[in-house]
Amino acid sequence: MTSEMAMILALVLPLVAAGLSFVIRSAPNVRDACSLAVGVALLGVVISLVPTVMDGGRPEIVLFEIFEGLPIAFRLEPLGMLFLLVVATLWVITTCYAIGYMRGHHEVNQSRFFGCFGLAIFASAGAALAGNMLTLFFFYELLTLSTYPLVTHHQNEKAKRGGRIYLGILISTSIAMLLLAVIWTYVIAGTLDFREGGILAGKAEGPMVIVLLALYAFGTGKAALMPFHRWLPAAMVAPTPVSALLHAVAVVKVGVFTVLKVVIYIFGIGFLTDTKASVWLMWAAATTILLGSLVAMTKDNLKERLAYSTVSQLGYIVLGAALASQWGIIGSGMHIAMHAVGKITLFFAAGAIYVAAHKTQVSQLRGIGRSMPFTMTAYSLGAISVIGLPPFGGAWSKWYLALGAAEAGQAILVGVLMVSSLLNIWYLMPITMNAFFVPPDEGPAYPPIKEAPLFCVVPLCLTALGSLALFFCAEPIYRLLLPLVPGAGGGG
Amino acid sequence: MSEALGLYNYWIVIFLMMTGLYLVISTGNLVRKVVGLNIFQASVLLLYVTMGRVDGATAPIFVEGRETYTDPLPSVLMLTAIVVGVATTAVALALTVRINEAYGTIEEDEINEQEHAQELAG
Amino acid sequence: MSEHLAVLPVLLPLLAAPICFLLRNRIAAMGTAIAVCWVTFVAGVVLLRTVVTTGAPAIYELGGWSADVGIVYHVDTLAAFVVVLVSSLGAVVLTFAPQSIAKEIPKEKHHFFAALYLLSMAGLLGIAVTGDLFNVFVFLEISSLSTYALISLGQDRRALTATFRYLILGTVGATFILIGTGLMYQMTGTLNMAEMAAHIRETEGVRTVLVAIAFLTAGIGLKMALFPLHAWLPNAYCYAPSSVTAFVAATSTKVSVYVLIRWIYTIFGTQGPGSMSGVVVDLVLPAMAISGMFIASTVAIFQTNVKRLLAFSSVAQIGYMALGVSLVSESGLTAGIAHLFNHALTKGGLFLAMGCIAYRIGSVQLADMRGLGRRMPVTMFLWVLGGLGLIGVPCTAGFVSKWYLVRAALEQDALYLAVIILLSSLLAVIYVWRVIETAYFQEPPEGKDEVTEAPLSLLIPTAVLIGASIYFGLFTEWSADVAGLAARELLGVVR
Repeated sequence: MTSEMAMILALVLPLVAAGLSFVIRSAPNVRDACSLAVGVALLGVVISLVPTVMDGGRPEIVLFEIFEGLPIAFRLEPLGMLFLLVVATLWVITTCYAIGYMRGHHEVNQSRFFGCFGLAIFASAGAALAGNMLTLFFFYELLTLSTYPLVTHHQNEKAKRGGRIYLGILISTSIAMLLLAVIWTYVIAGTLDFREGGILAGKAEGPMVIVLLALYAFGTGKAALMPFHRWLPAAMVAPTPVSALLHAVAVVKVGVFTVLKVVIYIFGIGFLTDTKASVWLMWAAATTILLGSLVAMTKDNLKERLAYSTVSQLGYIVLGAALASQWGIIGSGMHIAMHAVGKITLFFAAGAIYVAAHKTQVSQLRGIGRSMPFTMTAYSLGAISVIGLPPFGGAWSKWYLALGAAEAGQAILVGVLMVSSLLNIWYLMPITMNAFFVPPDEGPAYPPIKEAPLFCVVPLCLTALGSLALFFCAEPIYRLLLPLVPGAGGGG
Repeated sequence: MSEALGLYNYWIVIFLMMTGLYLVISTGNLVRKVVGLNIFQASVLLLYVTMGRVDGATAPIFVEGRETYTDPLPSVLMLTAIVVGVATTAVALALTVRINEAYGTIEEDEINEQEHAQELAG
Repeated sequence: MSEHLAVLPVLLPLLAAPICFLLRNRIAAMGTAIAVCWVTFVAGVVLLRTVVTTGAPAIYELGGWSADVGIVYHVDTLAAFVVVLVSSLGAVVLTFAPQSIAKEIPKEKHHFFAALYLLSMAGLLGIAVTGDLFNVFVFLEISSLSTYALISLGQDRRALTATFRYLILGTVGATFILIGTGLMYQMTGTLNMAEMAAHIRETEGVRTVLVAIAFLTAGIGLKMALFPLHAWLPNAYCYAPSSVTAFVAATSTKVSVYVLIRWIYTIFGTQGPGSMSGVVVDLVLPAMAISGMFIASTVAIFQTNVKRLLAFSSVAQIGYMALGVSLVSESGLTAGIAHLFNHALTKGGLFLAMGCIAYRIGSVQLADMRGLGRRMPVTMFLWVLGGLGLIGVPCTAGFVSKWYLVRAALEQDALYLAVIILLSSLLAVIYVWRVIETAYFQEPPEGKDEVTEAPLSLLIPTAVLIGASIYFGLFTEWSADVAGLAARELLGVVR
């Protein structure tokens, strides 16, 4: 199988899963088995692509031109490879989890749910593989639209309001700013291809670069840079598997992925360093990091707290992009993977608690660890990874980000990273403490074990172990990302 | 001054045009509107015929001893325009009859009132 | 045969109209009309292919009289493109019509409907192909008069007053065009547009020509419902029979935009000393277009009748076309021309979907569409796709035209214009989502009988138009690329 074939398969398989889910309505077991099988197949296909990219291969597919000289094209490169790998791995796990969750919860319209889910994965895969900004923009918008029915799955008044904020912010930022930036880039540079070293160097200068970068950074509403972050907590009206995969992984990561792609392949790292156009973005990101953490502390609803934590963590990735340095970029890229695995564990845990105990508020969780030990242990592991303590994956990415900030001579930014980690401990760890060391509000002090269905518990334990494993397997990711920063040779 | 008076045909055109247009805008009676529209269109007929005229020329029929003829094209065009005007008037009057059947009036104010009531009723 | 190709699209429906009238049989008349429409469409496509591949306009001298004495049909890429637009939309909508009008128009009037529909189409096609300015007026009136009659067939009595208003304003507009034409004849001595263009440079600064420009702009503006000259449009669209609304909305204002492009670019030209359309393209058109984009979209948000909501959206969309035309650049003109076609597909599809809805629930009020997403899932899904096209989401035809329009604005360093275009398209999100939320998030009204999905004979034409609007959002070879070709021809850029 050639790499090009594998790329096409990586795009087609999620579509097949979506199609099957819509078609096989009457037999849920067959439908879910199909989804799972397709997910595993996709993971296999994606893994088969890794060696090619590691060896420096950059397979390309050009489909057809929409505008003269602007085709829908796909090109696999390290960052996209990493993102694709994350999405494919977590999709399989989330499918298991979703099957358990949706059935445990007797949700309606499951076919539509799994159909749109597949469509969202298709959009994420397309974004990961996109070979130019136009293609990326197409899949970016497709992702917004395909996740709207998921966010509003319950079709009630609350879902409608959440959906309004979700769609309102994502669509308006992308149309009013991102699209403007894309077309502007095209008019200036005459191309939208992702090229090493960027396409804007020598064609744009002065304040225009800053304005353009701002349009990209804020226009990518999915990156949840403040003040355009409100959609993320609003999206929490969705069923938990959606929150887990889409709003901790796929959707938000497509956002920061877009920002990274733009910084690396549209502006070019060297160009940004030379013009210092991205300095303001560092501070915007730092503000988001701190404010996100601070708001998270005030939230009693567990999912909302996690959502604000995500806002804050996305700030890390944008910060790394804005640093436009070797460590910054590598730290950002790694954080996409590390945060994804850690945060999905936390969301899975939140969902499992909801399914098993019907509890949504942090204040209700006292002693819950005694009846749900597996879930809460996994939660703790995920939390430590998100905080960035060894021996968990999150430690590496934060380490590289801090290194990047120090290298750029921004001592205050290093301080921000440290303070934010402290805040992370502050709002994530008390939940663990209360869960294990405080007796429940009612009932016996040591209630019998009552976990969520197996389909829910196994995936979340897997992801928790995954974040542990990532600490020891960070080296391949590092090597994968190294070509992103030219001149970085074997440094570090 | 004499130039302005010499173009008196055009003054009549403008007078008719404005009269017609004013009538269309100002009156609330549908039949009067149609009449206004007719006057408006008639002014255009005069405009075209006037522009085809050449000083000292005859009708475009070949006659011995005559060299200059008026431009026949505008007049011919106006035959078409008259047909169009008649058709428009016919449709407009037919509509007026239908409106009278449906609303029992051809006064715009009363029609608007009834429509407003209908709107409120859903 | 091939030398008569240019006249065929006009001749076929024009001759078939009286035949339909004489047939007096519902099925025979509608059948004939549908067949003729599709043949016309095929002729239009062949014509467009011929013009594009040969690279030269198809010219047809009626009765063999040359341009200085007779009427000449002059079909360049733009004209052929508009012919395909009108005939394709006409054919699809008429295929939708038999089932739809069965509920809206008394059976004994169906052959009238067929005849009027064909006449209206013939008029619109005639405007596209003719090279003679007076002929434009005649065809305009042929199409308008038959359209008035079609609209007045609406069930609601308000259709009558809407038609009357349309008739008055339409006739005033047409007469303005006639006056402008007369003044142009006075100055150039010809009615042929190409000849006029050749003589126009000799008349620089003459007041008569300026007055002609004023009359033409106002007249065409009325006909194309350019804001604030759109007063006739909302009610006319709202109360006409479903299929008539779809046809008129998709074609008639578009053809008026075509006339606007013709006189600005073909007759007056945009460059050089003879160019006198400056004040129009620099000031009047952009101002009207931008205010239309914002005000009409805002008004659309507050409508309770979905057909009227879409009608106001049309007024706003006409603004995009006018803005594109006024930018006087290749991308701008491409945007304007491509949007003619793209918006015709989208809005035609949406009005057909409204036709499906009216067929089943007998109402087009927003309040009656509550919970429709569950009862008519296919129709509403098509509606949603069409709505996304109005917003200009990627993968829809609306995106393609928006892309060109924003690009044109940025090419002229008019960042503010690009921002205005994009911001105004966000208003579309609001009015489209109001309908979507009503259809999907509210419980169906009590006491109504269980509503089912529309019959296939209605769904298929709707799906064809909406599907086409998606198709042309991805594959632009026969939409935006042809529009670009037409734009280059008009601007005199060598191919």
